[in-house]
Amino acid sequence: MISDAEWTAVFLSLKVAAVAVAFSLPLGIVVALILSRCRLPGVGLLNGIVHLPLIMPPVVTGYLLLIAFGRRGLFGSFLETWFGLTFSFRWTGAALAAAVMGFPLMVRAIRLSLDAVDRKLESAAATLGAGPLKTFFTITLPLSLPGVVAGAILAFAKALGEFGATITFVSNIPGETQTLAAAIYTYTQVPGGDAGAMRLTLVSIALSLVALLASEILARRLARRLGNA
Amino acid sequence: MTLTFDITHVQGDFTLQAQAGTGEGLTVISGPSGSGKTTLINLIAGLTPLQDGRIAFGDTVWNDTVAGLFVPPHKRRIGYVFQEARLFPHMSVRANLVYGMGRVPRGERAGRIERIASLLRIAPLLERRPANLSGGERQRVALGRALLSDPQLLLMDEPLSALDAALKAEILPDIERIRDEARIPILYISHAMEEVVRLATRVIALEAGRVVATGGPEAAFASALDGSGARAGAFIEATILEHLADEGLMRATSQAGTLYLRAASVLAGQSVRVFIPAADIILSRGLPEEISALNRLSATVMALTPGTASVMVELDCGGARLSAEVTRLSAARLGLAPGEKVEALFKAVRLAPETLYRVSSGLESIPAR
Repeated sequence: MISDAEWTAVFLSLKVAAVAVAFSLPLGIVVALILSRCRLPGVGLLNGIVHLPLIMPPVVTGYLLLIAFGRRGLFGSFLETWFGLTFSFRWTGAALAAAVMGFPLMVRAIRLSLDAVDRKLESAAATLGAGPLKTFFTITLPLSLPGVVAGAILAFAKALGEFGATITFVSNIPGETQTLAAAIYTYTQVPGGDAGAMRLTLVSIALSLVALLASEILARRLARRLGNA
Repeated sequence: MTLTFDITHVQGDFTLQAQAGTGEGLTVISGPSGSGKTTLINLIAGLTPLQDGRIAFGDTVWNDTVAGLFVPPHKRRIGYVFQEARLFPHMSVRANLVYGMGRVPRGERAGRIERIASLLRIAPLLERRPANLSGGERQRVALGRALLSDPQLLLMDEPLSALDAALKAEILPDIERIRDEARIPILYISHAMEEVVRLATRVIALEAGRVVATGGPEAAFASALDGSGARAGAFIEATILEHLADEGLMRATSQAGTLYLRAASVLAGQSVRVFIPAADIILSRGLPEEISALNRLSATVMALTPGTASVMVELDCGGARLSAEVTRLSAARLGLAPGEKVEALFKAVRLAPETLYRVSSGLESIPAR
């Protein structure tokens, strides 16, 4: 059935996707909050930048990441010198690429749900002595949780399937940066790789379905907790 | 503690310009919709930053545009009961009640919740979600939540307007009780006369963004002459003498003389404030011999205020003030003029529960339920 090498690709994909979501989620919430609540001139520009990976060819995103976060890149050299963080040709780079590609989807979902939060409840909290931080963590965030969960799962699914930017940025190294998508691609490039490609394709479909189901169940449970069902 | 404000606030082509102050007791802010009532209390709450002016509570300045001072709403120690309850949907009733109790020592919270919950009859609802409450229950929880935050000023924006008459009648006594027990200034927006009559210690009447009258509950009526929808009239304080059970009436005494009121659940000896609508009064020269109106008061005309079709006649009845609305024609025929003696006639006044204002409004005068 599925070989050890293939399992490695599957688990690597899961790890990359999980790390990508875990680290981009707090930033995604902050950016969504700015986009939803700030009415300052620079906000439109921020919105554009956040959405760039969605409309640019993934190869371009990957190349830009390579320039910025490569060994000799502006951020890459800084992070390596000061924090010992290396992205190029490492699984961390794959996670970074996945996070960047999933970011617009995550921010959109969270923003929509923040827009839907009744601002009147926030002013009610203020009259009850809650400062901005307490209001955010006790009212705004809990009420927009369905969007946060949806955004996280969308970004997770996107990260699982990310291919173009990843392969451009960190190449296709088995055991290090060869994710599920890259492994399928590799199989299609060698003679007799069809069976392997199909096996991994089925795994990929199964993972996507599980993610979808999990989001449905979570959304329903949250809706009940928020008193809407 | 006294709240004082002197503000100018422009919103589109609407300008709110108000200067007033209020102390302990319940101050009703009345006026037609669009007169700036909600804008005013949102400014006082700090939910809307002031454009120009000054708001101070006691010695603390909350907002002063000249000095550049602004205290954000969460530092003002206010309680705000909104028109639509605004309970937090993701929290139980208990969690909603606890939300504003940050200032209250942990050990005291449970006891205070218990006290307020029993005062407002919401004790059985504590573990429920707001979605599972009726409109009246929601509004009572909102009231409790505001009170439990230990406010030094309570703001209420038409808290009863979303409720039907029966629910209103159920909650009005709660608000009376809070007015008498809490000993903090309360600002209460309403254009429902029954609430003004029953709750107001004083009234600030707004119209088109300006204060047109301040004073006792009568001020709201004085400002409500032409076409504002409110019924003009006056209050007379009276003491119930006896119940005439067979006739379904009560006999009461007042400055103006003896009054016949329709029977109501008020005990002999109790004081009530009777509202006499201006449109219900008939004026006559000399007493007609046979007439069905039970109440006949001798009065002196004080002033005449002409309206579009009618004339508002201010009367003095042995010290009590009355207003009567008569047509221009009648006023001319009777030759009404300040100083003239007339008789004011009207039917037995109905003390409907909502128009009954108990003057001795201590806890003991509220009927047990």
